[in-house]
Amino acid sequence: MRARSRTPSDPASESKFTPSFVIGLVIVSFWLLVALFGPALAPHLESDIVTDMSYAPAGEVGLLGSDYLGRDVFSRMLYGARMTMGLALLATLLSFSIGVILGFTAAISDRWVDGFMSRINDSLMAFPSVILALIVMSALGTSLVIMIVTVAIIDSTRVFRLSRALAMDISVMDFVDVARSRGESLWWITTREILPNTLAPLTAEFGIRFTFAILFISALSFLGLGVQPPAADWGVMVKENLQGLLFGSAAALMPACAVASLTVGVNLIVDWFLTRMGSDVAQELMN
Amino acid sequence: MVTLLVRRILLGVVVTWVVSMMIFAATELLPGDVCHAILGQGATETSLENCRQRLQLNQPTHTRYLQWLERLLTGELGISLANDLEISQQIGLRAWNTVRLAALTALIAVPLAVILGLIAAIRAESSVDRGISIGTLCFISVPEFFTGVLLVYLLAVKLRWMPAVANYRILARGDFLEVLEALALPIATLTFAVLAHMTRMTRAAVLNVMSSPYIEQAILKGASRRRVIIRHALPNALAPIVNVIALNLAYLVSGVVVVEAIFRIPGLGTLMVESVIFRDIPMVQAIGMLFCVTYVGFNLLADVMAIIANPRLRHPR
Repeated sequence: MRARSRTPSDPASESKFTPSFVIGLVIVSFWLLVALFGPALAPHLESDIVTDMSYAPAGEVGLLGSDYLGRDVFSRMLYGARMTMGLALLATLLSFSIGVILGFTAAISDRWVDGFMSRINDSLMAFPSVILALIVMSALGTSLVIMIVTVAIIDSTRVFRLSRALAMDISVMDFVDVARSRGESLWWITTREILPNTLAPLTAEFGIRFTFAILFISALSFLGLGVQPPAADWGVMVKENLQGLLFGSAAALMPACAVASLTVGVNLIVDWFLTRMGSDVAQELMN
Repeated sequence: MVTLLVRRILLGVVVTWVVSMMIFAATELLPGDVCHAILGQGATETSLENCRQRLQLNQPTHTRYLQWLERLLTGELGISLANDLEISQQIGLRAWNTVRLAALTALIAVPLAVILGLIAAIRAESSVDRGISIGTLCFISVPEFFTGVLLVYLLAVKLRWMPAVANYRILARGDFLEVLEALALPIATLTFAVLAHMTRMTRAAVLNVMSSPYIEQAILKGASRRRVIIRHALPNALAPIVNVIALNLAYLVSGVVVVEAIFRIPGLGTLMVESVIFRDIPMVQAIGMLFCVTYVGFNLLADVMAIIANPRLRHPR
């Protein structure tokens, strides 16, 4: 959601993988596995009421206790992993398709088209993102599809700016000029010359956007505007069990920890990626 | 510098105008009309007609936009669709809680961030610096509801130091200390959300200046590292620091929405979320506009401060 700062590279460590990268990789692979296989291994369904005891402590009912309706928190965490990460991935893929296609188009178009697209992008970026999402959802209604598209469009403004800037830098290089004078089509130049040369920074940006989408979607679900109960989503689970905190139940704490660990993990990987890529590109990503 | 300032302020006005048009256009986005969307399937012809009358949908778009703009400027925002109360009155009742929360957060977070950043810069590469660096890196990427829920669990439930949910009566009528106690956890949550970024930027900005020749001169003169940083480096690092502070204050606009929901504070954020759920579009537009103007304003302030704080721009050639 906010720009992140880069950790200074440590010239002393010559090894390829830093400890923080390994930690990030372990966390992210763990959650990926949970999202893939978790629901199949879950002892209960996400909407099954397994006990008539609300906020049963961990160990008494299931592994992590029960939630406000007496559902198994452990099973809901597993289902929630798939829901939260799946939706975030979908939104990120969509925002990347929109952002990169429009960004490259703006970069290779003439000044007027580029100016027009960039001004529209600037005006979308003038909104605080949560507020913009709230305004759109009040007009269009709150459904999963609308939420994902809204998050993706809001997110694609940053992708647009980055991919446009990257493509601008590449498109003035000699090898692009050569391709142009060879008579290659715009499509060929974009996909064969520009895209491969912008792939590394775009990959890092994908990680940043993915954490942003996780935070954004779980925040909207937490506000009651995203995933609707009884579906399990980490943001929804925090919202549902917030009251239970007052009775000493950790049912709201666990999904919150899951979101936090996942975003920290992705960020550790992205940081490693950025320090390896060199400061110029990293600087561009940060702005 | 003056031309630069005037140009930046004019740009801010244009951005505000564009934002207002886009917020207004939210009601025009739908293929049908808003009333169908608000009332849903069960709408009767009379209720639809009623709703259209209220939102004045029978008039052309540009007339309605101008009227809406006029009402925004005069503060007479009309009547909410959800509960037949005046919009401006409801906003007025709730705004104080939000402004107070954000202002108290800013009062605590900004000095704290600058001091932590300076400590990290003075003791660069020491264990204190590492600790601050790791701590801020963790807090920079976690959601507000994580910090909020964790603080409630540890401080309010386990240790019982402070109340978990802000008491409505205290928020409305309590004296300053009572309010401060009631808002302690929300303020702490928001502070964590903005602190990390400001701290890291302060450290980076100061260390960036540290490599310039005049700093070397000061070090060779025999000044202590603390004196070099506070007297020599800080004034020149002020522009980026002030800039990032203003940007983070702008971020508070989004942050309060979630934090108010965690602690059930009856502020503008909760009012907006409720209005989105009720599809009270006039209310959402009014609060949305308020938030956006604040956001654009802080972004403008960030640039203006950066221009003013930059000594090179003070004397035009």
